[in-house]
Amino acid sequence: MPHISPVLWQFLVKWMTNFALFPPEASRIAPQMDALYFFMVLVSLIGLTIVILLLTSFSILYSKKRHPVAVQVEGSTLLEATWTIVPLGLFLVMFVWGALIYFRVYTPPANAMNIYVVGKQWMWKAEHPGGQHEINSLHVPAGRAVQLTLISQDVFHSFSIPAFRVKREAIPGRYTTVWFEATTPGTYHLFCTQYCGTEHSHMIGDVVVLSPDDYKKWLASSTSGASLAQNGERLFASLSCNACHNTRPDARGPNLANVYGSKLRLSNGQTIVADEAYLRSAILNPSQNVMQGYAPIMPTYQGQVSEDGVIALVEYIKNLNSDYRVQQTTNTTELLPTNEGKAAPAGQKATGSTPAGQGMVKQ
Amino acid sequence: MNYLSKENGLLSWLLTGDHKRIAILYLISISFFFFIGGALAGLIRLELLTPQSDLMATDTYNKVFSMHGIIMIFFFLVPSVPATLGNFFIPMMLGAKDLALPKINLLSWYLYIAAGILALYAMITGGVDTGWTFTTPLSTHYVNTNVITTGIAIFIAGFSSIFTGLNFIVTIHKMRAPGMTWFRMPLFVWAHYATSILMVLGTPVLAIALVLVVLERTVGIGVFDPAKGGDPLLFQHLFWFYSHPAVYIMILPGMGVINEVISTFSRKRVFGYTAVAFSSVAIAVFGFFVWAHHMFIMGISNYSVLVFSLLTMLVAVPSAIKIFNWAFTLYKGSITFETPMIYSFGFMGLFTIGGLTGVFLGTSGTDIHLTETYFIVAHFHFVMVGGMLMAFLAGLHFWWPKMTGRMYPEKISQFAAVVTFIGFNFTFFPQFILGMLGMPRRYASYPQEFQVLNVFSTAGATILGVGYLLPVLYLTWSLKYGEIAGSNPWQATGLEWQTQSPPLTENFVEIPIMDHEVYDYEWLERQKEKEVASVR
Repeated sequence: MPHISPVLWQFLVKWMTNFALFPPEASRIAPQMDALYFFMVLVSLIGLTIVILLLTSFSILYSKKRHPVAVQVEGSTLLEATWTIVPLGLFLVMFVWGALIYFRVYTPPANAMNIYVVGKQWMWKAEHPGGQHEINSLHVPAGRAVQLTLISQDVFHSFSIPAFRVKREAIPGRYTTVWFEATTPGTYHLFCTQYCGTEHSHMIGDVVVLSPDDYKKWLASSTSGASLAQNGERLFASLSCNACHNTRPDARGPNLANVYGSKLRLSNGQTIVADEAYLRSAILNPSQNVMQGYAPIMPTYQGQVSEDGVIALVEYIKNLNSDYRVQQTTNTTELLPTNEGKAAPAGQKATGSTPAGQGMVKQ
Repeated sequence: MNYLSKENGLLSWLLTGDHKRIAILYLISISFFFFIGGALAGLIRLELLTPQSDLMATDTYNKVFSMHGIIMIFFFLVPSVPATLGNFFIPMMLGAKDLALPKINLLSWYLYIAAGILALYAMITGGVDTGWTFTTPLSTHYVNTNVITTGIAIFIAGFSSIFTGLNFIVTIHKMRAPGMTWFRMPLFVWAHYATSILMVLGTPVLAIALVLVVLERTVGIGVFDPAKGGDPLLFQHLFWFYSHPAVYIMILPGMGVINEVISTFSRKRVFGYTAVAFSSVAIAVFGFFVWAHHMFIMGISNYSVLVFSLLTMLVAVPSAIKIFNWAFTLYKGSITFETPMIYSFGFMGLFTIGGLTGVFLGTSGTDIHLTETYFIVAHFHFVMVGGMLMAFLAGLHFWWPKMTGRMYPEKISQFAAVVTFIGFNFTFFPQFILGMLGMPRRYASYPQEFQVLNVFSTAGATILGVGYLLPVLYLTWSLKYGEIAGSNPWQATGLEWQTQSPPLTENFVEIPIMDHEVYDYEWLERQKEKEVASVR
């Protein structure tokens, strides 16, 4: 049989072995979203069947041969009300069900572990709190809520993991978040789904879900020697931020310890909560974010600090409690001494860092 | 003597004020652009035959899909039915001699042509690779292609469409024949009234958005630039404020065609005329308040997502009403299956799928997974190609005898309609599955496992291409060799059929008086009896 047409045969074999209608379900939310998807497919199939049945049966019953003279019918309020109210009702069910899932996907639980992801033409850079960073791959533990805080360094990108059924736009100048809890260890596709220029279709990578033990090993073997917050601390010092933001009573800038999450009064009278977005904005656009009681003397760091650098600074400020030293973050406790020269495991793109200069834009 | 033979020479066409001649000018121009857009689609499908990007460089691929979208949307779909069939038949259906503003009508065609030439010039001199969506800051700061030229081309094309819409609104308000009340207007006219509102109110917003993109590229005003305090998302709000209603600009006139065809070939008045008329207006009104459903994953507030998702559900309902009303128009009719009817059946099936899959995207939860994938591509093509193009071909065949005075060959065109339907499903149905599997749109290369479905899609596109080439051949043939049509070959009730084919330049010998309901087949019978009696 194969000799009839090897090409066609190969194609058929490929089809039989590769054919899938649905991607794998590898996150907590995936089966929930699929349940809604199946419900909608079912409703659509029923709707389509009704339309096709109506069209074919009327076509047969009332073809000119069988039914030479048409009988005029004006309309029917009852029928029309039916096909207004029934679809509306079904659509509203989908709306509510969909909204419940939507809120779940975009409302991270409080205990989620945060990973920063920076998109740029044409790669994804992930910054783990323990200082590990990787390009076009993302290692996450199974069974633990992981929040991604995304930002783009240039154009719109979109971070999509079909097997998790989650996707979030990475926007220039703004943090967005999404979260998931991976369930099944394995390697899954990571796509950029927002068209972003020449190499858009190559802005892809792997999401590697590891069992908690494997994840610990991965963290240890990919460490760069300093946590993200420690990198931020070095950057903080090298940019001389501490010249004004310090604990001295005559400091020209506000003390940043415990500032994260607190309510601030700005000089324009606004009260805001100091979240990541505010901290980022205060570094890059200080004149818009002056705290009450302080002079607007801070220069902008726009163009001097890359998005990765801002992330390190934000992470540093988030972890400041009493003095200007980094408090130990959860993941730094897992840090092991770096073993210079040890080759990184295959397929893993974690890179070492140049601590103090990292995150600064080279002028 | 008719509108075609009254004057001869190129100038008599280029300086005409006759809505029918302008419609023919439009028909030739949009067909030209359709085949350019179609050739680009062919290139896309060829590239996607294999997972690697091997037929062309990724930059070229990006330009090809961008130009495919820009040409098909702004130079084919938006003007398709309104500027050709609408232009030709709205005055005739209302019993008028012409549109209210004939010179504006001609100007609209010239703007369209100027815009088209500019777009082609941009394409030949390097193209544009922003996608048809011109997303900032990609379009303003990161690409080095002919964004400005293309932007200006679309800006000009927008005015062409505003003028058409304006002309229709004035005509429908002011030029109706005696007795032609609003509720005696054919539903084709109602659909165009709704479309015109969208054109006049929506297009300026697109024009503004494009001007801002051009200004940002040239002088860097920074409205969309976060580094200057601008907001890159604002562009998408502005863009979709036009471009979502624009899909209704593209589909509503097609729905208008379907009303006329189904009523004529089942010899029945349209089931629930008022509901269908108001559903067009409802789509136009609700259509303005759903734009942010294109941005569910973009970090807009969760509560605005709730509102836009809910409104999207509401805009889906009038479409459902229409589908069922059309199906019940067949009930107790006396149905024949000429080509326009076959295309209309195709429309109803494909538009039902296109509409229902739109609900998958309007539902916020499933949109997260499906947006920006091939599911979007499939949904959009089901509505635009399966819906609008099928309706356009239905209308073109339906009114061909009136426009040219000749019948098209029935058997081969029925065959072409079936080929189109089959080819279409083969091309676009696999893309729903690809989308669910997560294949992103606008990818020049893709993971191995998506190949089989892409091969199906490309194979289907070949069949579809044949389906579109056939009408070009036999319709051209029919201009000379087609049977003489006579004034009312379908025994349709519209006023456009109560005058000679092709019509006089003035459309009617004397202004008709609308003394009956639209789609009144008994009136038509009485007219025929009267004529027979008067001959005796």
